[in-house]
Amino acid sequence: MQPTGPAVPIVQIKDLRVEYRGRGIGQASKLAVDGLNLEVYTGEVFGFLGPNGAGKTTTMNVLLGFVNATSGEASLFGVNVREPIARQRIGYLPELTYYYKFLTAEELLRFYARIFGLSRAEADKRIDGLLKLVELESVRKRTIKTYSKGMQQRIGLAQALINNPDLLILDEPTSGLDPIGRMKVREIIQRLKNEGKTVFFSSHELGEVETVCDRVAILHEGKVRVEGRVNDLVQKYQSNLEQIFLKIIGYTPSPAP
Amino acid sequence: MNSVLAVSIVVIKELYRKKDFYVLLVLALLIIGGMSIAGVLGDEKTLLALKEICFLLIWISGLVIAVGTSVKQFPAERENRTIFPLLAKPVTRGEVIAGKFLGCWLACGVALAIFYFLFGILGVAFEHDWPWGNFLEALWMQWMFLAIIVALALWGSFWFASPAANATVCVLFALAVMLLGNQLATLALKEPEPLRSTIYTVYFLLPHFEWFNLKDFVVTKNGTIGAGFCAGATVYAVSYAGFFLMAAWTGFRRKALN
Repeated sequence: MQPTGPAVPIVQIKDLRVEYRGRGIGQASKLAVDGLNLEVYTGEVFGFLGPNGAGKTTTMNVLLGFVNATSGEASLFGVNVREPIARQRIGYLPELTYYYKFLTAEELLRFYARIFGLSRAEADKRIDGLLKLVELESVRKRTIKTYSKGMQQRIGLAQALINNPDLLILDEPTSGLDPIGRMKVREIIQRLKNEGKTVFFSSHELGEVETVCDRVAILHEGKVRVEGRVNDLVQKYQSNLEQIFLKIIGYTPSPAP
Repeated sequence: MNSVLAVSIVVIKELYRKKDFYVLLVLALLIIGGMSIAGVLGDEKTLLALKEICFLLIWISGLVIAVGTSVKQFPAERENRTIFPLLAKPVTRGEVIAGKFLGCWLACGVALAIFYFLFGILGVAFEHDWPWGNFLEALWMQWMFLAIIVALALWGSFWFASPAANATVCVLFALAVMLLGNQLATLALKEPEPLRSTIYTVYFLLPHFEWFNLKDFVVTKNGTIGAGFCAGATVYAVSYAGFFLMAAWTGFRRKALN
């Protein structure tokens, strides 16, 4: 489904298939993604939805080069995801905070800035700006292990933005955050969208997705079941995203006792 | 190269922030203590014996530090899941391995420098002599030996389920080669073919760690081994370390992380 506005796909996935081999003798292999096709265009906020085990994280893992596709192709900015250079213009925020807790916020950001080859002056400027953005300026010299969960998620967001990425891949960015934390993340996503950045994110918070996303894809059992603009889907199904989601995955509520 | 350096700096920071280097302090105190006793006793035979013990302690400590720091690098990255944001950056898995190697090896170098410095200082205090040439060669050779050990331990992290198993195998392998490696050639001569050729093949394939041990030169001050031998041993160590790092890269290159 081609969107009306932007037209340059920066995430392209064609016939992606990922099969995990059984680890033990006699253990069956598991098909995590089954012939997935997807395109995400410049400047849009794309919601990647699906129940647990639908293949969302596996697809993200393929895009980030953590997992190799069994077959099919995936590219970022036209570069095969196997090439490290494909990750030069992306930022990634994992679902949970996975950072070196013995480093301070400033040291962590400097470490990632160095990997991106930022000069010292450039890195200083970015670090100052990002710590201000995520409101961690006052605790920049404290080690991350002393941070609360919300603060750790915010430093995660800062590290994802260190290279001023054109594409942000966010894996359930508001998971486990309090309402204020969620609001802050939403504000940052909105701000990035206004700056023309592309955001590709997975979430279980369907209300949030409906508010923030331009387009969504609903994944079930490794396949894209529905894809389209949020407004179009709401009109087509005459219900909200949550109801559409439940219908697509075939959920039937159990009768009241 | 930026990425390799960045990863190595984080490795070193982790070692001192997590207090791993406190072990160093304890070992250094043991060396000082040993040498002080030797100085007080003053007997030449006792002094020699204690110097040997101190040198052995430096070797064992170096080995323990190298293995201890290297075996946990990749398991900790996976367990804490810090490998994910790292590999989501434009960094190759080869660069991550190289960075980890560099960080661990540099940390070993710092530890060895402290050990040898204390050993030398106390030698000056009690014997009024510091054969610094011997010390520098011994330090360099041991550091080269540790390059092989660090690379081996990093490779092992992709094979063994637990860091403890990896550490045990690495230490046992190093000790076995140090103590028995040289005996293989003698043993081969006593055996008939084809066993002789097989033992000889093993003898030539094994890294000869005993070549890196300059105990006699340091303890009894038997001159220096010379720059030529040092250079040859360096090339030898680099080849083995390179081989083990390549093997580690082969294991890690296509490994699915999920």
